[in-house]
Amino acid sequence: MEEFINIGKRIPKTDAEEKVTGRAVYIHDLKVPGMLFGKILYSPHAHAKILNIDTSRAERLLGVKAILTGYNIPSIKFGFYKDNVPLKAGKVRSCRDEVAAVAATDPDIAEEALDLIRVDYEILPSVFDPEEAMKEGAPLVHDEHVGGKEKRPTNVLNLPWRLIAGDVDEARRQSAYVAEDRFRVTWVTHCCMGTSGCLAQFDLKNNLTIYSITQIPSLAQRDFTEALSAMGLQGKKVRVIKTMIGGGFGSKLDTYAFEYIAILLAHKTHKPVKIVFSREEEFFATSPRQPAIIDIAQGCTRDGRLTFRDVRMILDNGAYTSWGATTPSVMMMPISSLYKVPNVRYVAKCVYTNNTYSQAMRGYGNPQATFAIDSQIDILAEMAGIDPLDFRLRNANTPGEITPQNFKIITCGLRECIDAVAQKLDWRQNRGRRDGRGVGMASLIHVGGGARVYKSDGCGTIIKIDDFGTVNVFTGATDMGQGADTVIAQIVAEELGVRTEDVVVIHTDTDVCPWDVGAHASRTTFVAGNSALGAAKKVKQLLLEVAGQTLGESPENLDIRDRTVFSKRDPEKKSPLGKVLRAAHYTTGGRMVMAEYFYDPANENLDREFKGNLSVTYSYGTHGVEVEVDKETGQVKILKYVAAHDVGKAINPMLLEGQVYGGVAMGIGYALTERLISQNGKVMNPNFLDYKMLTAKDVPNVDPIVIETNDPFGPFGAKGIGEPGLVPTAPAIANAIYDALGVRIKDLPITPEKVLAALKQKTKPQ
Amino acid sequence: MKKSISFVLNGEPVRAEIEPHLTLLHLLRDELELTGTKEGCGMGECGACTVLLDGRPVNSCILPAMEVDGKNVTTIEGLIDAQGNLHPIQKAFIEHGAIQCGFCTPGMVLSAKALLDENPKPTEEEIRNAIAGNLCRCTGYLQIVQAIKAASNQ
Repeated sequence: MEEFINIGKRIPKTDAEEKVTGRAVYIHDLKVPGMLFGKILYSPHAHAKILNIDTSRAERLLGVKAILTGYNIPSIKFGFYKDNVPLKAGKVRSCRDEVAAVAATDPDIAEEALDLIRVDYEILPSVFDPEEAMKEGAPLVHDEHVGGKEKRPTNVLNLPWRLIAGDVDEARRQSAYVAEDRFRVTWVTHCCMGTSGCLAQFDLKNNLTIYSITQIPSLAQRDFTEALSAMGLQGKKVRVIKTMIGGGFGSKLDTYAFEYIAILLAHKTHKPVKIVFSREEEFFATSPRQPAIIDIAQGCTRDGRLTFRDVRMILDNGAYTSWGATTPSVMMMPISSLYKVPNVRYVAKCVYTNNTYSQAMRGYGNPQATFAIDSQIDILAEMAGIDPLDFRLRNANTPGEITPQNFKIITCGLRECIDAVAQKLDWRQNRGRRDGRGVGMASLIHVGGGARVYKSDGCGTIIKIDDFGTVNVFTGATDMGQGADTVIAQIVAEELGVRTEDVVVIHTDTDVCPWDVGAHASRTTFVAGNSALGAAKKVKQLLLEVAGQTLGESPENLDIRDRTVFSKRDPEKKSPLGKVLRAAHYTTGGRMVMAEYFYDPANENLDREFKGNLSVTYSYGTHGVEVEVDKETGQVKILKYVAAHDVGKAINPMLLEGQVYGGVAMGIGYALTERLISQNGKVMNPNFLDYKMLTAKDVPNVDPIVIETNDPFGPFGAKGIGEPGLVPTAPAIANAIYDALGVRIKDLPITPEKVLAALKQKTKPQ
Repeated sequence: MKKSISFVLNGEPVRAEIEPHLTLLHLLRDELELTGTKEGCGMGECGACTVLLDGRPVNSCILPAMEVDGKNVTTIEGLIDAQGNLHPIQKAFIEHGAIQCGFCTPGMVLSAKALLDENPKPTEEEIRNAIAGNLCRCTGYLQIVQAIKAASNQ
């Protein structure tokens, strides 16, 4: 077993000290001279014609520097489908539609100006149910949007998600048991503790600097460059500088209206403009996880082997289209590849409604799909008379497998995860009591080796070393609290024979940092980690060459340990790193010791049939839970929670556990308490009193089990673990509730009301 | 009309001329440039703005600054000692992975300090109760609870 100095160690997050002392600068804390404050006026109606906007009174308010509406800005289109604009003209399509924006010298003045803007609307018929929106004659959210073979106006997006492998109909005929159910999941939202915001600033040549909290600096740079072109500023430069990010979870994976509005206001006023969301705005004007209606059927043989999985899904897209509309591509992953299932069919439709538009959120479709799949695994197991534990073990994925979606499974610790959970829960003892206490489990597959969503899945790294042996790592990766900064430092330190604290990771500035496609798909440790490792190997080679000259030793006989280059043949021949660097710099005809590396994993884009090896490797996990349900109140209490994950290799067990704990808490919220209540397109609970995310009193203790399968392609064997922590939580809890009471709840969240209603239904005389 | 208030902030006397409706949070962040205190909701629901008023945790976002006249206010900036050493609770947060995005951290640390000052050996339940008003989305709270336990030498 190789002895590591930095890898596998519980090293604190590198920016923890800055954060714990209150010195870390978030977007809210940023101030630049002459800065104005931007505020946005939203539509109060879900669907309405804009008849007139009168800004004259607001313009006369002292301190107001600019007012923009959809009628006095250039045409900037954004979003995955380019169906959104920063400020709306003609009509509004949802209650969060931006209709006007103000820049003023003071936030209170900007707020007051919003009150003085008068907008006349003519209310239009609206549609909030995606099934209704699909019907003939439903109100059209985008009048000009056409689809289908006939190219007729429709609310159904031209994104025909369709994955077919094997022969589902034949497999269904051959199945001994078939379960068929409808599941529903609703909106939940990220609840980043730091609200959204940005600060846009132009220089005298009209180059833009935007202080941002984006998860996709390089792609945001491209979006903003396009916006500048639309503003007549072709060829101007965009610099994205990230402040500390107060939580991401997918909420910063697109570019958003407020960012374009800040850019437009800054350009108009020639002043820096900052926009920061209130908590209420954060709830109603950022995009939640997609709601879905999921019709699913699965079958198995008499001895409990899965024969097919057939899923139809309708997703509420809302009024505009973010990258979140591509979540069905990720849903395909568990549908095709969670447990061995030879025949698969998946058809999904994203439908425009006058609701808030949805987007990426941790798990990216996987929690929705896995809730349906793994809840139904229990239903099917019961039909077949097989313990759900045995049913899962019988169908568990294995290394070397090629799944129906053509995923190549390299390492797979799913069986180990299932076994570990069963053991921790005393499964055989505790299952099947039906006395108000019950156990349940559910599993997950997620991309763990990047995900080729874009043409590239790459990340760049530059490493340089200074005269004193400090290693500067410039990475394309984004840290939003998950610990990318620390993990990258550990990887580089291990390779270079230094300590993590010798490494400074710089990840905040597109003028300085290399390119990357963003912090998504749990890809950072794997992709940015491999990129950093590649750069470190190159730098090490250079170091050994330089040191070889001064030490009179050939580089292949040299290595680095404890910040010192030494000869493996003659340990007396050695030189501290700083000295090696100084020799390189101060020698006539000297050189720099620095290297760059671009790592783009050997994964594949999904082909026209949505097949292909999306990720180099896949992460697995199983969660198990013991619950106690109060039959009088319907309250579900979690008595025990076990989260087993195949992580490849834990680069930093402490940060890894943090990802699991945080994921589980978010997952329990998804399962039991969280719900963005939307009534006629309006969010009714835009505050923490009415939106129930878990508090310290609500979270159960979680037993994290780390299964290390040492993936051959991962940096030091690691796979991604950012998202998996919440994926199987809801079905594990739903299964435990069934085990406790014999009632099956198929829509989230599982509130006490739903539990009581199901109990009542169950006891009703037939 | 502006009013004058005097109070002790992180051990130093402070006088401020303020509008009567100004909240303590905005006095600290906007006027005194102590941005370690965070605004998470502005409605007293998330605890990110927690500071200590005469040793007790308060949500500074809903507390009129007038209320601190003649009192003692401690913010996160006041937890480091004169030699620049971190408070043991801060050290424990760092060492136990209790910090991810860090936005809730200053408020969380101050709630923990108020607890340990009053109850040096709290039970896990008491710790959870003490930070129940401080929301965190990243950590699932468990490492925060561990950190507070460790800071109380348990």
